[in-house]
Amino acid sequence: MNLADFPLFPEQASSVAGYVDTLFLFLVALTGAVSLLIWIVIFFFAIKYRRRPDNELAQEQEPPKSLEFLWTVIPTIIFILIFVWGSWVFFRLQRAPDDALEVYATGRQWMWKFQHPSGQREINTLHVPVGRAVKITMASEDVIHSLWFPAFRVKADVLPSRYRTLWFTATKTGRFHLFCAEYCGTLHSGMVGWVEVMEPTEYQRWLAGGSEGSLASQGEKLFQQHACNTCHMDQAGARGPVLTGLYGKQRQLADGTMVLADDNYIRESILHPQAKIAAGFAPVMPTFSGQVTEENLMKLLAYVKSLGADTQQTPVPESQASQQSSAGAPTTPPATSPSTSVAPTTTTATPTTTAAPAATATTGTQQ
Amino acid sequence: MSDVTLHHGSEHAAEPHGHGHHHPFLQHHFEDLGQQHEASTLGMWMFLATEIMFFGGFFAAYAVYRWMYPEAWSAAAHHQNWFVGCLNTIVLIGSSLTMALSVWAAQTNRRKLTIWMLVLTLILGTVFLGVKAYEYNDHISHGLFPGANTFTYQHTENPALTPQIQMFMVFYFGMTGMHALHMIIGAGLLLWFIWRAWRGDFGEEYYGPVEVMGLYWHFVDIVWIFLFPLLYLIH
Amino acid sequence: MTSTTIDTPEAPEFIEPSSRRRNYLNHEYGVLSWLLTKDHKRIAILYLVSVTALFFVGGILAFLMRLELLTPEGDMFTSDQYNKLFTLHGIVMIFFFLIPAIPAVLGNFLLPIMLGAKDLAFPKINLLSWYIYMIGAIFGVYVIVTGGVDTGWTFYTPFSTQYSNTHVFATTLGAFITGFSSILTGLNFIVTIHRMRAPGLTWYRLPLFVWSHYATSVVMLLATPVLAITLVLLMIERVLGVGIFDPALGGDPVLYQHLFWFYSHPAVYIMILPAMAVISECVAAFTRKKVFGYKFVAFSSLAIAFLGFLVWAHHLFVAGISVYSGMIFSFLTMLVAVPSAIKVFNWTATMYKGSVSWATPMLYVLGFIGLFTIGGVTGLFLGALGIDVHVHDSYFVVAHFHYIMVGGTVMGYMAGIHYWWPKITGRMYPEWWGRLSALLVFVGFNLTFFPQFIVGYVGMPRRYHAYAPEFQVLNVLSTAGATVLAVGYLLPMIYFGWSMKFGRKAGANPWGAVGLEWATTSPPPQENFHETPTVTWDAYDYPAFLKAMRETQNV
Repeated sequence: MNLADFPLFPEQASSVAGYVDTLFLFLVALTGAVSLLIWIVIFFFAIKYRRRPDNELAQEQEPPKSLEFLWTVIPTIIFILIFVWGSWVFFRLQRAPDDALEVYATGRQWMWKFQHPSGQREINTLHVPVGRAVKITMASEDVIHSLWFPAFRVKADVLPSRYRTLWFTATKTGRFHLFCAEYCGTLHSGMVGWVEVMEPTEYQRWLAGGSEGSLASQGEKLFQQHACNTCHMDQAGARGPVLTGLYGKQRQLADGTMVLADDNYIRESILHPQAKIAAGFAPVMPTFSGQVTEENLMKLLAYVKSLGADTQQTPVPESQASQQSSAGAPTTPPATSPSTSVAPTTTTATPTTTAAPAATATTGTQQ
Repeated sequence: MSDVTLHHGSEHAAEPHGHGHHHPFLQHHFEDLGQQHEASTLGMWMFLATEIMFFGGFFAAYAVYRWMYPEAWSAAAHHQNWFVGCLNTIVLIGSSLTMALSVWAAQTNRRKLTIWMLVLTLILGTVFLGVKAYEYNDHISHGLFPGANTFTYQHTENPALTPQIQMFMVFYFGMTGMHALHMIIGAGLLLWFIWRAWRGDFGEEYYGPVEVMGLYWHFVDIVWIFLFPLLYLIH
Repeated sequence: MTSTTIDTPEAPEFIEPSSRRRNYLNHEYGVLSWLLTKDHKRIAILYLVSVTALFFVGGILAFLMRLELLTPEGDMFTSDQYNKLFTLHGIVMIFFFLIPAIPAVLGNFLLPIMLGAKDLAFPKINLLSWYIYMIGAIFGVYVIVTGGVDTGWTFYTPFSTQYSNTHVFATTLGAFITGFSSILTGLNFIVTIHRMRAPGLTWYRLPLFVWSHYATSVVMLLATPVLAITLVLLMIERVLGVGIFDPALGGDPVLYQHLFWFYSHPAVYIMILPAMAVISECVAAFTRKKVFGYKFVAFSSLAIAFLGFLVWAHHLFVAGISVYSGMIFSFLTMLVAVPSAIKVFNWTATMYKGSVSWATPMLYVLGFIGLFTIGGVTGLFLGALGIDVHVHDSYFVVAHFHYIMVGGTVMGYMAGIHYWWPKITGRMYPEWWGRLSALLVFVGFNLTFFPQFIVGYVGMPRRYHAYAPEFQVLNVLSTAGATVLAVGYLLPMIYFGWSMKFGRKAGANPWGAVGLEWATTSPPPQENFHETPTVTWDAYDYPAFLKAMRETQNV
């Protein structure tokens, strides 16, 4: 048996793993030292003051009372420091970079389904490029799951009620575990898979293997199949609101409140259209709850996202355009890449749209 | 609740152990009636604390969904007959009054008045439950009882609200049902107390059980005071 | 009466000699005299028998799991069977052992005696709580016999309400019913502590055992009903098929987790506070000293109970709560660690210049302090948001809470049972075997659970029937440890049984300890004391206690 096959510490394969491990090792050292100190003191007292004929009754001699103050205040300060440090790391884990590659994940009993923006689908395996932030938008088709990449030190529960996201930037190529961490039924322990971290060029080659068209273009087809376009005609005066330029914007509802048009808002508007009515529209849209699978919802979401957030940008995206818009960029930051179809100003003006910058970067590189 | 008052009853200080003669209702492990009285009152308060948390969990879940689905909650509340609810509230407040009077009567050695006030409390409580049953029947006949087979109601103006209205009805039946269960237990206890009052157990020396019973009854009353506006009035 | 090790007056001063032969055990005979008893001491024995039985049921389930985990493949049980094993292990251990163990056995037996009372305030309710517990336990056993349940002890929705087709209803009903037993016990304790203290027994003269049980009772009283209503909602949803927590019908599954943990986190304190109660008593008795910082230890129990209500959402850091609520709950979690730390430091300081005995209970106490420290500091890891994201739902969590519940609560329970065994039965257990069991439990425990910290951080998720091969070595170590642990737990079963017949007779105060329970005979008479005692000494005040004993003797 080779002991190297039985690791005592997990591999560090993401940009945040180092932060988590530093805090972890600091705590191991700190609490290890304190615990050891307590153990030593206990052993020392137990031996030094063990009961002997000459000390059948304890000496009523007390350690100084100021100790109470010390060991109340010092731990409190240390604990608050741990809290601050832990929260600092947490913020790093939570906030995905704006240029992250978007991947969609669906959990169901008992498999993980991933959809890439370019249209590739895979089960229990996830291919990602090294060195590029990847943001996974997740939903569950049935019970609560939880997606965990131990080598990346990230995890998030996957809910059947709304989208959650998780992000990482892999720093090492190779194969790493992905697990379902929230107990989800009989084959919970079989709901595992691998994340394949590849060199960007290899990743591009892998992406080229896809055939179904980009996620957004598949979403566009669904948009027509479900006859969404009969109301959402993309022009003022239609029965449904214009969707172009919607994503990532604040929008006013019929009751006057403002709401951010994010992933969960769009999901809710498809499944429970009556929940939030856009100002100026009648509540006439039927519910699509139960008619659209989670995977198809994600395609629709990708399509709506591909419509961008810039209302001045008039052209209706063709399937080809949206295909471009969603392809993953290689390691170079998108803003520096040459742009052919979308004005660079768009990308800088609306940082919340992740699809648009990607489009500028990869035009023509794919398929 | 029954537990707290139950054991004050029939125990006639079973084991004499040299304390001289004492009150027949003094339990052997208490020093005197004062200690016994204080213990049972505190016990009831503690029991009510646990009850508050019990209903509190229900109210918290109610509040979350009310906040999530204000429209459905409003639409559902329109199915409530506020007039009947109001009537029932008055009945229940009346029963609290008679309950309080029975405690006072027991404390001042008015045996007959104690009995009558307890009987009146029981009658008012029963009226409340009867009205509640009528309301339940009404809801059920409109297909408003939650459940895969029983909930046949459709909200025509906005069908999307239907499942949320069902959820409102879950809370309606759940909360009022839990309240009614407390009322039924209270009514059972009242029967037993009427019998004890008739037997002449209570008087100025020993009225603790009636007082504890009163605490319980008032608590159940107060729960309704919260339920009524939440389920009937707020649209 | 065998002589005691120190010069405490050996006679029980509050008892007339003629009454010594009569005690609560031989006062009455027959099955009915036990099943209908209102004596808190006999009810404690009823609880002792039932929780011990369920502890072994839970232990067997755990051992079967450990056997399965010897190999990475799921080769001994099917996935379904394994899921039922860990679910039932959790339910049996938490609801039917850990929560009632110390309060219902030791608390029931000792609280009235420590207060100088004849019984708890409501003896019939006390008996009723045992029957309620038994009805709940019967539901549990029924579920085990008829095919089990596979939701995990947390019953997370929508799995438990819509997807699982096992005995979810019967199980939740069992847990619901058992909750009332815990509520009634807490209610009884609070009223008894408030209203039934002996003359002279002021709050600051109370043993720390009483303080801790007071804090426990508050949590029992205020947290358990929230679990009750949560389980009611769950049962309604499952039976009627309506959506309270089911997202398909508009419900919010995360709301269930909030409600569930609002009880189940304080429930951790229901389990650990009574163990702390036992430790405080034993530390004083086996160092023959006042517990250092009495008021700090007393109020830290109340602080734990209070803060314990405010940290539930630290179980939801990756479940979808907002970043800011995550931070608030992380901060509060750090605060709740402070009073626990205070206790550990004070117990340690108590040993300073003490007369430290190495009797079995003290060995368990030393084990408790060591293991609880590890359990506590690893709680800081979990409370720190950045680390929790990685280790949540991994074996790191499993190891952490076993260090608290087994390393803490069970060690405390074992310490307490050994310490008060002579008082409960009137006989001594064999000391050598006791020390051996303490050693085996300590070694076995660390071998079982320490590797789980590592395997968890490396990346093994909890509740996995089959796992990746690189986790095997640590799992084999863990199973090996479990074997040692099992022997450590079986030993006391045997020697306690043996001691009831053949054990050396214990005097009233075999340890030379301070406290009202040591001022009466072993076993105590039916009404605990013949005359209501008057307390003239502070808790753990050896000289004052000895003086009081001598004076009463001379009267």
